[in-house]
Amino acid sequence: MATLQHYLVLSALLFTIGIAGLVIRRNVLIIFMSVELLLNAANLVFVAFARYRLNLDGHVAAFFVIAVAAAEAAIGLAIVIAVFRNRGTVKVDELDWMKN
Amino acid sequence: MELTVFYIFGGLAVATALGVVAFKNPISSAFSLVVSFFAVSALYAMLSAHFLAVIQILVYAGAIMVLFIFVIMLLNLQGEELEEKGFPAYFKVAAALFLAVFLGGLIFVFKNFQGIFPKANETFGTVKSVGALLFTRYFVPFELTSVLLLVAIVGGVVLAKREL
Repeated sequence: MATLQHYLVLSALLFTIGIAGLVIRRNVLIIFMSVELLLNAANLVFVAFARYRLNLDGHVAAFFVIAVAAAEAAIGLAIVIAVFRNRGTVKVDELDWMKN
Repeated sequence: MELTVFYIFGGLAVATALGVVAFKNPISSAFSLVVSFFAVSALYAMLSAHFLAVIQILVYAGAIMVLFIFVIMLLNLQGEELEEKGFPAYFKVAAALFLAVFLGGLIFVFKNFQGIFPKANETFGTVKSVGALLFTRYFVPFELTSVLLLVAIVGGVVLAKREL
């Protein structure tokens, strides 16, 4: 029987992998996908605790997280397209014209 | 039995999440993330979150990831823009070691905690129950979310235009 701690450990693992992808990869799109992984891990915690406490507020919170993640993904990808059109690259290392 | 299913879907979610981080080709990462979302949706279904499981597939796997894949195709990344240099060997060993220590610590912390799920009746997590909450207690955030989505639509169109 899967208990709460199983879900929490799994969520922590997913969150760690998301952070690792966020920090390590240089491609902006993969960084975005890692952020989606982070949000999914947080949603899993919300839903697991909602099930544990038999309280539906966790589901509502996860619903809003999903909605905001969708809006954020749309805007973020529009920004990536605009930046790519102007600079020709999606590698974070090369997007440094605000430096100095 | 339920534990086995949890390990299957949990393992799939973790493996594909590692795939997102590890693949060199962004398209492979995107498809790996889609499978991860499906696995997480299965975990939601196991947690009696029926509404959220379907929403996860509809919105995350069906809309957000399609958007990602469209953008990857639109930018037409190929050749050396796709390639990143791989990780050196010591890096992978250190990462695996850290992950093992981290997991061990977490499992040790949770050893004395019995988080057994109580029995849920069949209206828990259904569309009707969550919808009732959304339209009564969380009505204001619900409407504000619709405004947020409108702002996102307008912003997306403006940002991606060729000429304003």
